[in-house]
Amino acid sequence: MNHWIIVPLLLPLLAGMVNLLLVRRGHRPQRLVSLLATVGLLGVEIHLLRLADTAGIAVYRLGNWAAPFGIVLVLDRLSALMLLTTGVVALGSLLFAINGDDRLGPDFHVLFPLQLFGINGAFLTGDLFNLFVFFEILLIASYCLALHGGGPVRIRAGLHYVVLNLIGSSLFLIAIGTLYGVTGTLNMADLAVQVVASAPEQATLLRAGALLLLVVFGLKAALPPLHPWLPALYSGVVAPVAALFAIMTKVGVYAILRIYTLVFSRQGPAPDVAADWLLPMALLTLSVGAMGVLASRRLRVLVAYLVVVSVGTLLTGIAQFNVKGVAAALYYLPHTTLVTAGLFLLADLIAAQRGESSDAFSAGPPLVQPNQLGVLFFFGAVAATGLPPLSGFIGKLLLLQSVEPERTTWFWGVVLVGGLAGLVALSRAGTRLFWDTEGEVVIRTAAAGPGRLVPVTLLLLMIVAMTVCAAPISRYAEAAALQLLTPRGYIAAVLFPEQQP
Amino acid sequence: MELLASLTVAVLVTCGVYLALRARTFPVAVGLALLSYAVNLFLFFTGRLASGVPPLAGRTAVAADPLPQALVLTAIVIGFGMTAFVVILALRARGELGNDHVDGRGGKP
Repeated sequence: MNHWIIVPLLLPLLAGMVNLLLVRRGHRPQRLVSLLATVGLLGVEIHLLRLADTAGIAVYRLGNWAAPFGIVLVLDRLSALMLLTTGVVALGSLLFAINGDDRLGPDFHVLFPLQLFGINGAFLTGDLFNLFVFFEILLIASYCLALHGGGPVRIRAGLHYVVLNLIGSSLFLIAIGTLYGVTGTLNMADLAVQVVASAPEQATLLRAGALLLLVVFGLKAALPPLHPWLPALYSGVVAPVAALFAIMTKVGVYAILRIYTLVFSRQGPAPDVAADWLLPMALLTLSVGAMGVLASRRLRVLVAYLVVVSVGTLLTGIAQFNVKGVAAALYYLPHTTLVTAGLFLLADLIAAQRGESSDAFSAGPPLVQPNQLGVLFFFGAVAATGLPPLSGFIGKLLLLQSVEPERTTWFWGVVLVGGLAGLVALSRAGTRLFWDTEGEVVIRTAAAGPGRLVPVTLLLLMIVAMTVCAAPISRYAEAAALQLLTPRGYIAAVLFPEQQP
Repeated sequence: MELLASLTVAVLVTCGVYLALRARTFPVAVGLALLSYAVNLFLFFTGRLASGVPPLAGRTAVAADPLPQALVLTAIVIGFGMTAFVVILALRARGELGNDHVDGRGGKP
């Protein structure tokens, strides 16, 4: 067994506990611990990505109990990609936070690593009930991080978020109970075997369980009509938290991709349960997100709706359940996560320099640093709308190419109009924020120092890296998609480890 | 016994959903607690209903399934923690927003 697989769980958990002990020692030691843990995590995740790419599916049996009786962690190409994306976003967000946003409340450096612990756990676990537990861990941390800084806006959005997710957790448990009642197992690989082997009269129960899970993951991923919590929450929270939350909707997308390729595959009494629902849902998400982008009156709300659009775009690829579609989505996923995270941080810098106008699209005082922020904004806008030459364009091109010919009209129409809406809204936003100025510069002190500019630039520069390395990344994404769509390999690696080479 | 069990879960879910849809935070918190009770019972029942059966395979013809009991234990702990969090959050919202409406408006200040 390769013990590196459990490090993405242990490292943030330890860092969170150490930071809890350091609460009374001020923020400096806490910052150091968080930073060391996040950088270390990034290194481990790069190692795991290479491992997943070369050594196939790796299984970590906790306490060496054999699956399906023990709990397993499974590292395949998809998990490794999600882990690395989380690591990069987390580092950018933390570097931004240590410039002062972490001092708005006492517990930022305790919650931040625990949030990473939950997210990494959800990506690695191979057990449905453990997926629930890790969801709860990341939710508890996110509830508290969402309230970081306090104030009525955050409290109200946070209350809605907490109540909705508690109901979501109840539905998740009901779905788990239903599936356990039918199959007698919760290990995902074993579930896949039992679902295929179950009797035809169980099909209704299996379908009910599967679609309940879709509701839960849809809530996490903010699919309409379960999306209104997202713009309210993401536009209100502190900037580095919003940037970290950019990965949270992707946890829902990951769960959809994992469960409906592995557990509910094309065979058995309930074939393709989610496929009929996912494509219309994805196109609806894209349309609702695009309308929200056009209707936003503040930059942070606009970026929050860009998150909804990105989830819709990802799901259009995933919903096709073919190698090309899933590969396109997997190439687009890190890109869109990094862009939205970067834009959330940038929106905070812009808002800080406009005094009372903040990030509203109305005439306001000129920015202190119009050139630096303007270049970053232009860059982010090009990346977010998927214009050439950046990786958003490549991702969308792969996505459009992956559609089956009979679906092209609808699909291309919605995806392209969604992109156009983003373009129009972001051009208007840029014009208003940077050029529609009146009066004098109000707050000279709000100039962003290198400590804040560097993380934003870092996140956006990753887009350039993704564009330059498009060939190896898309090759990796294709291999990951192939691995997902032939679940036999995953099942064999978990259940029959002795037969592995 | 199956009928009684499923009726109990049904009544709890109905009350929970009704209360969770109310406009004040306190009924919502109680509704969420009722929903989590219903879920815990439901999980417990997925191990099939039987009494006086040991959770050991091979001793008797039927064996009780110990796994749902473990799941329920986890779910109870998590549900309890979450309910406590919601209550505190509701109190804080009452303080910050001046009323206990879930959207922070309406009602007397």
